[in-house]
Amino acid sequence: MRTKSSIILAVVLATLGLLAYFTYQPILNTINLGLDLRGGLRVVLQAQENDGEKITEDTIQKAVGIIRERVDTLGVKETTLYPQGEDRVVIEIAGEDDPEAAVDILKNTAQLEFWDEQGNVLLTGKNLTDAQARARSDSQYFDVALEFDKEGGDLFYEATKATMGQRLLIVLDDNVISAPNVDKAISGGSAVIEGSFTAKEANDLAILLRSGALPVTLEIMEKRSIGPTLGSESLDKSIQAGIIGIIGVLLFMIGFYRLPGLVADLSLLLYAVIVLGTMSMMGAVLTLPGIAGFALSIGMAVDANVIIYERLKEELRMGKTLRAAIDSGFKRAWWTIFDANVTTLITAMVLMYFGTGPIKGFAVTLSIGIVASLAVALTFTRYVLVLLANLSNNERLYGV
Amino acid sequence: MQIIQKRKIFYIISLLIIIPGLVSLVFQGLNQGIDFKGGSILHVKISSSVTSAEVRSVLSDFNLDRSEVQKSGDEFYMRTEVLTQEKTNEIMKALETKFEQVTFLSSDTVGATIGKELTRNAFWALGIAAVLMLIYITVRFEWTFGVAAVLAILHNVLVVLGVFSILQWEINSAFIAAILTVIGYSINDTIVIFDRVRENMRKTKRQDYQELLNKSITQTMNRSINTVLTSAFTLVALLLLGGATIKYFVAAMLIGFVIGAYTSIFIASPLWYEIKKAA
Repeated sequence: MRTKSSIILAVVLATLGLLAYFTYQPILNTINLGLDLRGGLRVVLQAQENDGEKITEDTIQKAVGIIRERVDTLGVKETTLYPQGEDRVVIEIAGEDDPEAAVDILKNTAQLEFWDEQGNVLLTGKNLTDAQARARSDSQYFDVALEFDKEGGDLFYEATKATMGQRLLIVLDDNVISAPNVDKAISGGSAVIEGSFTAKEANDLAILLRSGALPVTLEIMEKRSIGPTLGSESLDKSIQAGIIGIIGVLLFMIGFYRLPGLVADLSLLLYAVIVLGTMSMMGAVLTLPGIAGFALSIGMAVDANVIIYERLKEELRMGKTLRAAIDSGFKRAWWTIFDANVTTLITAMVLMYFGTGPIKGFAVTLSIGIVASLAVALTFTRYVLVLLANLSNNERLYGV
Repeated sequence: MQIIQKRKIFYIISLLIIIPGLVSLVFQGLNQGIDFKGGSILHVKISSSVTSAEVRSVLSDFNLDRSEVQKSGDEFYMRTEVLTQEKTNEIMKALETKFEQVTFLSSDTVGATIGKELTRNAFWALGIAAVLMLIYITVRFEWTFGVAAVLAILHNVLVVLGVFSILQWEINSAFIAAILTVIGYSINDTIVIFDRVRENMRKTKRQDYQELLNKSITQTMNRSINTVLTSAFTLVALLLLGGATIKYFVAAMLIGFVIGAYTSIFIASPLWYEIKKAA
């Protein structure tokens, strides 16, 4: 019995050690840190309803698709993009030096129109097939060359014919960006927006026009930006502080509960691997409120151990043998832990469903934490305690 | 321990916080941060020799006279109406011209609708969570425990809201963390004590609720103290050594833990006693 138990115990501990050792680096590398922790920009854009046009999920999906294309062609680094609810788009940028400028470009509706002087729309960007930045021969400025499809070419010919001797206004999102004089009708389906663009401006404009106009106008509704100084400095310090705090907890558990305290520490190690591993596999993002949820769930995981050991002590004081005390102590403690955790889990689930932003982050980590804590207490903690009891009957190791 | 006999003292302590809190909520309300009422916060590092009046004078050039400027060491928080990106950039430039060494730390802009949504969702969530909890506790325990637990939560929410209103602390994401932690922790703690009450109830035929509760609280006291201690360890370390972004946040959570632990013993249990006696 004793040899068998000690072999199993050694195997269990070795497995745990290896698990922690080999998952530590991958978890650190894959876990997504929220922008509030590592710096960056997060923008929530709200679609504005135009007259008579209802915003649907489909419109938002389309808008996200177009913005994603812009992100890719503009080469905006480390960008996450997703729809939120029925009428919002969230953009998160972590890798740019000037993320605000990037968002300014991305959120442009980029509705290109050609007007006559009376403001009648003659042709829109819908008929574009291509747009390219082009250096001017007579100055350091850049133009944007446009190519129309067949219909667009015809419309452009009509437009230039109709506005001959007048100005043709080239309008982007209701701003006139160029207003050339028309001296002859132009056929052939190509046109040039002449303006005093810099190379970058011309290039950005060409990309916007190529990706097409957004089906809706997007307005900034929420914007959070953390500078790189604050983000990284704060994160390093906080990680260190967190580690110190956790070491304090581990020492306290050993000091107060002796041998079971050591079991608790090992349970916590397994618990942390499970929670962080689950988060990194789910692609969940660790934010400040998420850390709060994690801290609360660590508290509850420690609590599960405390409840078990307090019970164990009580049972031992009643004169039970170690093995019997573990069995009955665990059985009683289990339902206490279960009820307490399930009640908290109910709240966490409701918050997860209703909450947005910070509340959701809190609820997700708390929920994962509670389930993991229950699983670890029920299996690992119990099993290792029984194995240890098989090895030694010395009650002093249990702090009684 | 004679907790139940002394319950009036604990009620009075709570009322001493809750009543002024309610008065304050009615008359001066909450100091809503931009998360709730909309607006912008610009957070920069300049130099500790610069005064907030100097920073404010830069803002007045942009017609932002009603802005608040808060100084903490060499860092400044400017709370303004909603700023566009261009305006933020212009302000940064103006600050750089005037004070030379200016480091951008963070900026937040929130539209007013987001706050309304947040509040509405939070109320819905709390209401639904309370009902579900009531159902669960009624099934697993007895309805009296459920009512006591939910009342204790309500008590905690009132205490936190009241304290934030009296001290006019800003209601922001740190506040949300505090209130969620209070709720989460006090439920957990309360159920552990109620669980012991349930168990002791089954053991004895003759029910003296006062004695029953005192005994249960005493039996779980070790656990109550150890759990709150270990939870506090990590938070205190984060508070003292952690980064600037999370200081307020952690402080708020720590307060949440302590209030949660206190109420489960001194409020939830006596409340159950009253309900059980009346029922």
